[in-house]
Amino acid sequence: MSDVTDLWSYLAREPLLWLTATLVAYVIADATAEKLKRHPLANPVLMAVILLATLLAATSTPYATYFEGAQFVHFMLGPATVALALPLHANLKRIRASLLPMLAALFAGSLTAILSALGIAAAFGVRGETLLSLAPKSATAPVAIGVSEAIGGAPTLTAVLVILTGIIGAIVATPILNALKITDWRARGFAVGVAAHGIGTAHAFRVHPTAGAFSGIGMGLNALLTAILAPLVVAWLL
Amino acid sequence: MILNVTILLLFQLAGEVMARGLGLSVPGPVLGLAGLFALLLARPSLATRMSKTANGLLAHLSLLFVPAGVGVVGHLGTFGSDGPALLAALVGSTVLAILAAVAAFLAVARLTGAADE
Repeated sequence: MSDVTDLWSYLAREPLLWLTATLVAYVIADATAEKLKRHPLANPVLMAVILLATLLAATSTPYATYFEGAQFVHFMLGPATVALALPLHANLKRIRASLLPMLAALFAGSLTAILSALGIAAAFGVRGETLLSLAPKSATAPVAIGVSEAIGGAPTLTAVLVILTGIIGAIVATPILNALKITDWRARGFAVGVAAHGIGTAHAFRVHPTAGAFSGIGMGLNALLTAILAPLVVAWLL
Repeated sequence: MILNVTILLLFQLAGEVMARGLGLSVPGPVLGLAGLFALLLARPSLATRMSKTANGLLAHLSLLFVPAGVGVVGHLGTFGSDGPALLAALVGSTVLAILAAVAAFLAVARLTGAADE
């Protein structure tokens, strides 16, 4: 028994265990999603998160210990964001041809995301700091957290709301857009990127390469626009 | 492969330095993206050699959000009694934002004749 305890206390200190666990959870989640024929609710991020959260709770491992291993995966978000330049460049002709539609979709999507989130939450009685934290939730996490701080929200709460928004967007986008019979991959991808940032973009790349490229642009542009619009909307409304 | 990853990291680093140095609210990696995109416009041959690495990274973009997602679970309790209202706001506004963006995109594409080829 003490051998097992020794082994566990060794592994619990090293980043290897939780780095491996993160990859294993994702591989299982992705294979499950594939088996369920990519059913929208079988979202790989959501399933991997549930698996790992259960495992952390079962072993009473604090998140800080988990993150020491998982940070290597988390770190790759930066280089992956830079790598979005390649699909952008590959779709250059289509992007040049759709500048005006993108601009219209950007303003419509960004403003709708901020106003409807504030409107619905306020109608249900959410007030104060919690309400303000909701305003930038469609922007990518680092921008949303900065905006939240600037307008008097709670940055930690905003970070949670941003991740949930991404997962919700990745789940609802395909069923809604299929039901409406929208076949333009540019419009589909761009809308998902504006509404559901990186997690939506990850989903879009899965569905179609053009959707992925346009989703990346939507995400990048909405990061800029939310940083401008959210403080204005909040100052004007609240 | 190593050279390609080095290029990605160099642009991220340059982006971070710019964002911090100039006090911009844009994240460093997004500036890095813009920088690499500009370089690709100037030297399209670079795109051919980098595309495999970039696509490999982007094909599993979902994986990279898992650690942050696990962090969210511990904070769900902070929602308190606002939980249902916040969830309704997130679902409602995400659906509405997607619909508004798609409608605006298609309407303007039709008006300007920028239909997809």
